[in-house]
Amino acid sequence: MSTTTTPLGLPGVRSGTEDVPRLPEGTTLSKKDFTAANEVRWCPGCGDYAVLAAVQGFMPELGLRKENIVCISGIGCSSRFPYYLDTYGMHSIHGRAPAIATGLAASRPDLSVWVVTGDGDALSIGGNHLVHAMRRNVNMTILLFNNRIYGLTKGQYSPTSEVGKVTKSTPAGSVDAPFNPVSLALGAEATFVARTLDSDRKHLTSVLRAAAEHRGTSLVEIYQNCPIFNDGAFDVLKDRDETQARLVRLEDGQEVRFGREDDQKVVVTAPGGGVEVVPAADAAGREVVVHDAAAADPTRAFALSRLDGPSMAHVPVGVFRAVARPTYDDLVRDQVDSARAEAGGAASDADLDALIAGGDTWVVR
Amino acid sequence: MRLESPTPDAPTAPRVEDGAPAPSAPGSTPVQKVAGVVIRFAGDSGDGMQLTGDRFTAETASLGNALATLPNFPAEIRAPQGTLPGVSSFQLQFADHVVLTPGDAPDVLVAMNPAALRANIADLPRGGVIIADADEFTKRSLQKVGYTVSPLEDGSLESYQVHALPLTSMTVEALKDSGLSRKDSERAKNMFALGMLSWLYDRPTEATERFLETKFAKKPQIRDANLTAFRAGWAFGETTEGFAVRYQVAPAEHPAGTYRNITGSTALAYGLATAAHKAGLPLVLGSYPITPASDILHALSGMKRFGVTTLQAEDEIAGVGIALGASFGGSLGVTTTSGPGLALKAETIGLAVMLELPLVVVDVQRGGPSTGLPTKTEQADLLQAMYGRNGESPLPVVAASSPTDCFTAAMEAVRIAVTYRTPVILLSDGYLANGSEPWALPSVADLPAIDPAQATGPNGAGDDGRPAFRPYLRDPETLARPWAVPGTPGLEHRIGGLEKADVTGEISYEPENHERMTGLRQAKVDGVAVPPLEVDDPVAPDGTRARVLVLGWGSTYGPIAAAVRDARAEGLQVARAHLRHLNPFPPGLGDALRSYDRVVLPEMNGGQLALLLRARYLVDVQSHGRVRGRPFSAGELLDVVRDAVAALPDHDSAAASPAAGAVAESPQEARR
Ligand code: SF4
Repeated sequence: MSTTTTPLGLPGVRSGTEDVPRLPEGTTLSKKDFTAANEVRWCPGCGDYAVLAAVQGFMPELGLRKENIVCISGIGCSSRFPYYLDTYGMHSIHGRAPAIATGLAASRPDLSVWVVTGDGDALSIGGNHLVHAMRRNVNMTILLFNNRIYGLTKGQYSPTSEVGKVTKSTPAGSVDAPFNPVSLALGAEATFVARTLDSDRKHLTSVLRAAAEHRGTSLVEIYQNCPIFNDGAFDVLKDRDETQARLVRLEDGQEVRFGREDDQKVVVTAPGGGVEVVPAADAAGREVVVHDAAAADPTRAFALSRLDGPSMAHVPVGVFRAVARPTYDDLVRDQVDSARAEAGGAASDADLDALIAGGDTWVVR
Repeated sequence: MRLESPTPDAPTAPRVEDGAPAPSAPGSTPVQKVAGVVIRFAGDSGDGMQLTGDRFTAETASLGNALATLPNFPAEIRAPQGTLPGVSSFQLQFADHVVLTPGDAPDVLVAMNPAALRANIADLPRGGVIIADADEFTKRSLQKVGYTVSPLEDGSLESYQVHALPLTSMTVEALKDSGLSRKDSERAKNMFALGMLSWLYDRPTEATERFLETKFAKKPQIRDANLTAFRAGWAFGETTEGFAVRYQVAPAEHPAGTYRNITGSTALAYGLATAAHKAGLPLVLGSYPITPASDILHALSGMKRFGVTTLQAEDEIAGVGIALGASFGGSLGVTTTSGPGLALKAETIGLAVMLELPLVVVDVQRGGPSTGLPTKTEQADLLQAMYGRNGESPLPVVAASSPTDCFTAAMEAVRIAVTYRTPVILLSDGYLANGSEPWALPSVADLPAIDPAQATGPNGAGDDGRPAFRPYLRDPETLARPWAVPGTPGLEHRIGGLEKADVTGEISYEPENHERMTGLRQAKVDGVAVPPLEVDDPVAPDGTRARVLVLGWGSTYGPIAAAVRDARAEGLQVARAHLRHLNPFPPGLGDALRSYDRVVLPEMNGGQLALLLRARYLVDVQSHGRVRGRPFSAGELLDVVRDAVAALPDHDSAAASPAAGAVAESPQEARR
């Protein structure tokens, strides 16, 4: 299995796993090495199984020592994830995984830190930590399982549920406007934002690869089906015909183009800075959007994220944005390291004595 | 009432030691030696009173006086100028003998405006000295605080020694060649006052001059103005005939050593950093700014050179989350906060209880509930610290008793957290945080090491008999579980907030297991090794012991010790003990409580420790709880002690209340 990762093509950009110890040359791990002994306890048919299998299958590709991989989750169905991944892990409390992972990532550059969270965990109770992790650009990969429902508490609407959704807590239909997680992430200064689907193993894996490679906070939204409380939420994206008509696969450097063979569509720029979908046949004279994930200005990525709506008429997937920006944890460590280097290395007892004495002492004999 | 005086009705003017004032060079003003003085600097929050107090304290410390300070400032950064809510003050007691508190009441009140006078005059005993900036007693300023006539002129201050001096205009005059505007010149009036007070109390000035030179190194004009004002204040003292005497306070007898003056928050930060150093662990602080805890964040932020990382979090919850994440990664995770923040952190602290990872949570208590009194002191978070989490979630609680003790208490909190793999709550409070006192510097090399003993390999065998890692297999002695840090090969494991199966750490919903684990977590905390209780109960000449015990915890140490000392000077027999460990309680506490006829417990809350002790030991502890946002005065507690002795069923009333002033001050007592 290949252990090389794809550079983002940006000069001087470090990989997300650059400081993490690698396996000795010639050694590889397998999916089995990442499969914990614990019995997996999601409902039959839950989309989480597919994501778990994809992650377990992808992990060996990183070429990292598995003791240097840590998975931290919050609360919710998907947050049971760490129990099934045979690495270090923490199943923490509701919404707080990004904060806990920030403390871990900032203090341990030699770890590959993964956060698993859900739409309720990340966007409702933990919204504050999520946006601040992305703003800071802490080196970690956040997998946001979006099933648009509260599963573990048995079926209340979530911050990504569509308006009008009838659930146990909204018998007359939800009147809450939902978040678009990709738009939110782009607005929160995220440096890497992607979306993928539980059912598309190949696409999911390619997004994981890019996310792990990225140095900084990578937010990956994964549309995930909950067959028990919100079955078929993403069915229109899974039917072969419908997929072609709706799924907009973003590929860097390529024109944004999709649709059935007999009904090709393109995304073109629209007045006012947005983008819109038009039949390819009608695109003459319009500027077809060529996707550029590395664009410094997130405006175009944001416009693309707005193509997606509750009706899922057009759903862009892939990497919306991947830009290099210094990571918070690297900067924090640089300050500590340079302060120590300037002072001549690790502090001795005598250095501590001098610190606590301060500048103003007197002696009593 | 003078705190240090065992004769509470003694005159309030500075105590004379050497009889009549003697003339002294260089000025012509005679010098009088006094045992101790309490000065309160008060002014508008924009007047720089904290800085003035700090500098006077530094001068006093370097002279070798014993001292204790109490800053007191409003919650607003700049309340409307000249109003009562905008008054900021700084009180300092310094003496030639042991000082336990910043003083019950000032001997000298420096009032920079009418608001400062009005807000503080009630605390000044008759006969006390008032130094007021007469320039600020304008019609408008007087009206702002409800004076119709100037108190400096209407005779209402007749029973005080009033020095109404034009401090502002003298400052402006001194700076007339400085090139500064009148307004900017006026801002140096605090330095003028400091110079004058430094002369009056014969303080050394070099350190303040050095301080001003460094502080304003980049603003030479401001630096020169402050230095000029400071020297002009001193010169004014020397030339004026307004002061009949100058005062000298001789150095106190301190044990040999190197000393500095230090606030509780600085000492606490140093204690954390030193403990991390002794444990060989990097310190990671996750913290969100909150009064009065932010100074610890500030102090630690400047200690990067010592391997200290500080992350200012997006909120209180993230602050403790960051700390816990860092602890999971093998660092010493610390979070600092005050009461409202502790409430927000509760769920994460509960997670730390479940995960059994080291974590230090510092709560610098302030007045509550809710936002309460953010800049004032209180001890009302004890029950929150003990029980403020869901489920049975015991954790050790440690409290600091004085500004310098914050260092030792912080080291103790780290020792327990690391040794027992548990969150520890360290209680400080607003008084300890901002108060200061001289500190005999410890030698870091001589402080005990802390062994993190992180796991390096398997500690058991799996079902297949092969070596395996058991994350919840406990040390038989401490009941601590292994601290297995990511990056250690072969120890990959998952932990979380769900109940753990004993030994294996797997998820377990089994009823018997939950009860066993709940018991184990409790037993681990109960078994934390803490030193036995020490009771200060001197045997009387007739061989009897006290029948009243005064018990305290945290920052009430100073006023309780002073009150007990004064009570003994009156001939009352009274014992005293102070708790550093609130959970677990020290061995011997129950026996001690039961062996006295009466146990009195002053605390700055509604009786929280008393509640715990009554429940735990079935002893009728008498609570004396006050919540006024300021420390107890020693005088108030002396009354409490007297009442407790007098209330003993077969009390010999003669011994309880000797004629006031009948007992002479004994230097031995004063130095205890
Ligand atoms: S409730 Fe839904 S999301 Fe949760 S495990 Fe079951 S199927 Fe999956």
